[in-house]
Amino acid sequence: MMTLTLDTLKQDKRAAIAATVGVGVLLAVFPFIVGSTLGNSWLRILDFALLYIMLALGLNIVVGFAGLLDMGYIAFYAVGAYLYALLASPHFGLHVPVWVILPAGALLAGMAGALLGAPTLRLRGDYLAIVTLGFGEIVRIFMNNLNAPVNITNGPQGISSIDPIHMGGITLAKPLSVAGFTLPSLHAYYYLFLALALLIIFVSIRLEDSRIGRAWVAIREDEIAAKACGINTRNIKLLAFTMGASFGGVAGGLFAGFQGFVSPESFNLMESVMVLCMVVLGGMGNIPGVILGGVMLTVLPEFFRHSAGPVQQAIFGKILLDPEALRMLLFGLALVAVMLYRPAGLWPSTIRRREFNGEAGNAVKGGK
Amino acid sequence: MDIFVQQIINGLVLGSIYALVALGYTMVYGIMGLINFAHGEVVMIGAMVALFVIKALPGLPAFISVPIALAAAAGVCMAVGFAIERIAYRPLRRAPKLAPLITAIGISIILQNLAMLVWGRNYHAFPPIFPVSEHDVLGATITSLQIVIIVTAALMMAGLTLLVQRTRLGRAMRATSENPPIAQLMGVNINQIISATFVIGSALAAVAGLMVSANYSIAHYYMGFMLGLKAFTAAVLGGIGNLAGAMLGGILLGIIESLGAGYIGDLTGGFLGSHYQDIFAFFVLIGVLIFRPSGLIGERVAERA
Repeated sequence: MMTLTLDTLKQDKRAAIAATVGVGVLLAVFPFIVGSTLGNSWLRILDFALLYIMLALGLNIVVGFAGLLDMGYIAFYAVGAYLYALLASPHFGLHVPVWVILPAGALLAGMAGALLGAPTLRLRGDYLAIVTLGFGEIVRIFMNNLNAPVNITNGPQGISSIDPIHMGGITLAKPLSVAGFTLPSLHAYYYLFLALALLIIFVSIRLEDSRIGRAWVAIREDEIAAKACGINTRNIKLLAFTMGASFGGVAGGLFAGFQGFVSPESFNLMESVMVLCMVVLGGMGNIPGVILGGVMLTVLPEFFRHSAGPVQQAIFGKILLDPEALRMLLFGLALVAVMLYRPAGLWPSTIRRREFNGEAGNAVKGGK
Repeated sequence: MDIFVQQIINGLVLGSIYALVALGYTMVYGIMGLINFAHGEVVMIGAMVALFVIKALPGLPAFISVPIALAAAAGVCMAVGFAIERIAYRPLRRAPKLAPLITAIGISIILQNLAMLVWGRNYHAFPPIFPVSEHDVLGATITSLQIVIIVTAALMMAGLTLLVQRTRLGRAMRATSENPPIAQLMGVNINQIISATFVIGSALAAVAGLMVSANYSIAHYYMGFMLGLKAFTAAVLGGIGNLAGAMLGGILLGIIESLGAGYIGDLTGGFLGSHYQDIFAFFVLIGVLIFRPSGLIGERVAERA
């Protein structure tokens, strides 16, 4: 149903413009609707959902497009976040402007991506998964312990009172006044994150249909055949790692500025697994699916957090089960249930769906 | 020198536990080509059940209470392992490769939080099961508990090897891991074999759980996660899908970790301390995989053309 309407949109220009304007207006007023009905805590969750969308789209390049199972992706988010924290906080007394830090974060994370990619090019599948997982843990452990003998990361306590995102004389930490109209901080962050998320979505869409994107898909489907077709698999795979990582670096910088605090705990393996779940659950390689996955997996645990306690209170008159455990329990159940009923993801790409139904196996798999 | 011997002994104890858990990963991987991400949680459940059974039987001598606890833990773990395969993996056998990985992660989250609901989020002290005596070996000490752990692990591994190499069930398991459809044509009931694999792996996990919590005299709902990760690393190190590889990888990883933790401070002039021991294990793993991508004694699989 959904793809059908998307197809008609592609053919009918006026409908496409109307839909774009409609979605644009909805996205613009959305924080006010959420803020006034559900309150600021949900607005915060919305901001985080946008950050996770950026992360999921970055990982989607590596896992979804190029088919390289990366289980340490959060390390690049950590690189971006720590770079921001170190360069813009009282910790070193540095206050580098945001427009320098974010590109630098993308660059540094991209370099970390290439660094991870280079030695692991020969590995495939599960071996790659475990090496990337180890890499993620190594980065986290270093951040946890680099407070002695020279205090660089401040260890497990993390770095606090990080500068909020600011540019010129404008800071997003306080309500913004624009022409007699005040925009609360959370709303301002929402628009910034939305703009960057849209940019990343745009880049992803353009990448998907580009020469590089097609090379990634070719490698995912059959690396040897791709090589035989003249694709430089080494460079193309490195490029996937680098680009995916740089998205993570940007998102990490935004996270540090938004949160004002970073600690190694935010970058544990569970976070990597969560982002991977967003990509796979949403529908690997399909951009709308990945966005859906990102939103769902951010909102669902929060929804359970807000409902696990009160619902018990309403039914039994008291809290029988630890709400925190109950919420993660329900989340795990949801994860299993979705995967059992939709093994290719909630919103799989059309090629993947065809593959899965076995309709066009030969055309896609290159005559296996 | 005595530090060296001491770290080797500690590494052997840790390594035999890793090896038992790694066997569970490697058996499932060998037969289904799947990382059973929830295996670490099965170990945790084994530890928890054993701990609470021993606590519920105070005053009984160790040679009665420990086997009872072990039987209970193994029983629960085998049921859990069986259920995991039935619920999370069997329906997805023909699904895209990453789908069972996600259900495995889901099951892992479920088991962890169930354990938290049932046993709370506190650390539980493991009761001393027998008076531990210390013995001198080449200037280092080894406790009777450590000896029991190493011997039990060795016996379990020998038993598993016999089971796989000598029995009918073992032959069916080897056939299934070689080629499931052909095994089926030869009259092997693959579903039964896969269930059996999960059940056997879970029983080993229960034993490992009891050992690890007795060794560190502590159990916790979150203990399975890192242990599972390390054990999986060990399985990959030895060559995943290969039983001997899992044993070798486990013991090697244990020794590397202990030696690394003992010497890393001296090696780096005090720059890096013993809390970097996890890094050590992962660096070794990455190194091995770069130079021998199929693990230490794994078979080289030809790239598909």
